[in-house]
Amino acid sequence: MKKQMYSHRFWMLPAVVLISITLFGCNGNGNFSSNSDAAQKVYVAPGELDEFYGFMSGGYNGQLGVYGLPSGRHIFTIPVFSQAPVNGYGYSEESKAMLNTTHGFVPWGDSHHPELSQTNGETDGRWIFINENNTPRVARIGLDEFKTQEIIEIPNSAGNHASAFVTPNTEYVSAATRFSIPMDEDMNNMDVSIDSYKDTFRGTLSFIKVSEEGKMNIDFQILMPGFDYDLSHSGKGPSDGWAFFTSYNSEMAHSLLEINASKNDKDFIAAINWRKAAEYVKEGKGKMMPGKHVRNYIDHEEGGIAKSETINEVRILDPRELEGIVYFLPTPKSPHGVDVDPTGQYIIAGGKLSTVIPVHSFAKMIEAIENEDFEGEVMGIPVLKYDSILHGEVEDPGLGPLHTEFDGKGYAYTTAFISSEIVKWDIENTQVVDRIDTYYSPGHLMIPGGDSQKPDGKYLVALNKITKDRYLPTGPEMFHSAQLIDISGDKMQLLLDFPTEGEPHYAQGIAAEKVIKNQKRFYKLEENTHPFRATSEAQTKIERNGNEVHVYMTTIRSHFAPDNIEGIKVGDKVYFHVTNLEQDWDVPHGFAIKGANNAELLIMPGETLTLTWEPKETGVFPFYCTDFCSALHQEMQGYVRVSPENSDIDFKYGTGQ
Amino acid sequence: MKTSHKIWMAFAALLLIGIYLVPIWSIGMEAPQYPEGIGMNIMVDNIEGKEPQDLKNINGLNHYIGMKPIEPASIPELKIMPYIFGFLIISGLVIAGTGKRTLILFWLGIFILVSIAGLVDFYLWGYDYGHNLNPDAPIKVPGMTYQPPLIGSKQLLNINATSLPHIGFYISLVSMSIAGLAWWKSKDQKS
Ligand SMILES: [Cu+2]
Repeated sequence: MKKQMYSHRFWMLPAVVLISITLFGCNGNGNFSSNSDAAQKVYVAPGELDEFYGFMSGGYNGQLGVYGLPSGRHIFTIPVFSQAPVNGYGYSEESKAMLNTTHGFVPWGDSHHPELSQTNGETDGRWIFINENNTPRVARIGLDEFKTQEIIEIPNSAGNHASAFVTPNTEYVSAATRFSIPMDEDMNNMDVSIDSYKDTFRGTLSFIKVSEEGKMNIDFQILMPGFDYDLSHSGKGPSDGWAFFTSYNSEMAHSLLEINASKNDKDFIAAINWRKAAEYVKEGKGKMMPGKHVRNYIDHEEGGIAKSETINEVRILDPRELEGIVYFLPTPKSPHGVDVDPTGQYIIAGGKLSTVIPVHSFAKMIEAIENEDFEGEVMGIPVLKYDSILHGEVEDPGLGPLHTEFDGKGYAYTTAFISSEIVKWDIENTQVVDRIDTYYSPGHLMIPGGDSQKPDGKYLVALNKITKDRYLPTGPEMFHSAQLIDISGDKMQLLLDFPTEGEPHYAQGIAAEKVIKNQKRFYKLEENTHPFRATSEAQTKIERNGNEVHVYMTTIRSHFAPDNIEGIKVGDKVYFHVTNLEQDWDVPHGFAIKGANNAELLIMPGETLTLTWEPKETGVFPFYCTDFCSALHQEMQGYVRVSPENSDIDFKYGTGQ
Repeated sequence: MKTSHKIWMAFAALLLIGIYLVPIWSIGMEAPQYPEGIGMNIMVDNIEGKEPQDLKNINGLNHYIGMKPIEPASIPELKIMPYIFGFLIISGLVIAGTGKRTLILFWLGIFILVSIAGLVDFYLWGYDYGHNLNPDAPIKVPGMTYQPPLIGSKQLLNINATSLPHIGFYISLVSMSIAGLAWWKSKDQKS
């Protein structure tokens, strides 16, 4: 009996060891032991504000998501390149023009890289820029109102991926074509055989000048070999005046790129001396060439109505003719991200097929250029020697290193897409010091200010591409997962998972206090310059001009003026110009009318917005406020009577008889 | 009166110029929906929102319970008050010039009477606004009136209204005290 028990216990032993190993393994991954600690670090008590704003691109939803950090709360979505039924953006008469392009009205977009404006290399909370890849565009969003204020199209570009990255004083926003295309002498997209790629295809890099008020114009484009241009970042400190663009497909393949563009051991980072290029532009060098593009902007002088202008030319700089503006840095292997550390001394590439992270030295690069230490040239552009410019290589950085951000304390953090981890390493000695698992396959990562000269090295957000098992499943499609990691200590600690909209690519973060101080709470009625405004109920009226009817309407808690309208006819095109008379924080009113084919409006306090409505049948049609504005919101409604086309009923309108 | 007492009296009168620059009284309101507060300041010749849009918003809210809109242009007291203080300043200076201390007492008497009348008027004004409600108001709470407190705090439905003197009121008090002191200190001298 005794012996039997003993043997039973004996056999238990390996099982116990096995179980504890398994459990221990789990522990290591998930930080289960520090759950309450992590919860405390992300807990923002009711009524308290997050320390940071996180701006995450919406990818194929064409918008920009705003999140609070460290809580991970989704705070807002700013419509940028896509129509938004939520507030009528891209539908209302005031915002429709924002989505004009040379291809006509393009109501959707694929937005990738948000970038905050900077002053002296530090985020300043004025604007955030974001690119659109598919129909090449760059948008500027004002952080005073969290609204898209300007969108400029990029000509001679076939996919605006390496964008929108700013120089340290927001002198320029850069952009680059992802896809090279065949271009003739006049920069026209040619009707040629695709297998003429090597002879006919070209790329362009664009530099968008930003004025003090934020106005964007394309100052110049640089003609480049027919590679694919992928990502970019500006130099800073000693490397200020330069911008760096990664490229892949230096093989110039045009089919099955996964094989054919993965052959070369090294591709290139293009180093652009933009300051020198800007000097050439000032001297009138380069050539004005056809380059039709559309610029859309909110005209604040004229009532905040978006306007479009078409620009037909753009200045092209050819590096074969203008010396010293482009150099190629050989970089292994199909580099994706390129990042410049806060001191501006090092240029770090994420070689997605490389087994090391190459770190180039800016000082060595300049020395190599001065010594003409070249190993060849491509399309007249000198290629520097790899060994001459290399600061070092980070060994064992994880599989598929993509993007790097910095904490300002001498460390770099790189996402490893294939091995699903973030690797922390020492920039000076290129040694890995820590690593943490992510769930799963991180693309970009973000540290607030992490690509500026003054990072807030407290949190890191990993923007993961695969979400399976992190949330309740919602079919095959699930929102992508962001993960918040504490980087304030020696060891990284996972704090929080939260889902994000669309497919977020890059993100930017800024201290909330830098934004809040400029925040608009409402628009001042006396500053409303909309041509169809009615800044008091006494100014409300209806005007007919042929079959065009203009209704000057106002809203205030809890009624419309007028709320009874007669004299509209079938076949009329009715413009409801609705002014929200409120002068109070956070009191928008909505306007919706039965059968409207476009959208509703959401009118901010003090603002005027216009909805067009074309009644197709006779009868009485209700309209109402769609935003629960007050205790009597449900009573905030009215009627429009629609009479036959040939009737002679006069206008009759009013509120409260 | 000694020259120094005359100067004091003149100073008491001139101090009242300050009345034209700062609010005399203020009414602040807090509600769950207004965590940052909303309110108005009563000036010698105007009623102003604490923030420029506050008065408009107060009127917007008040219409639910049927209170009349506050329209400074239609309040006669605001037209008279600047003249009353103008009279006090000029007469105060004249009294300082003549050096007749009994006139100081007379001046003080008028000032105090005016102040009391002002407070009574303010009370009646508040009473009228709070009681004289539009019978068609959307929200009618049985037995409820909305008279703001003359001084102190009072809960009115969801709003906590606080009414307190502002700097201008204290300037008046200081002016009175200085005039009183000028009168008191000069009592052993022949004028
Ligand atoms: Cu409403």
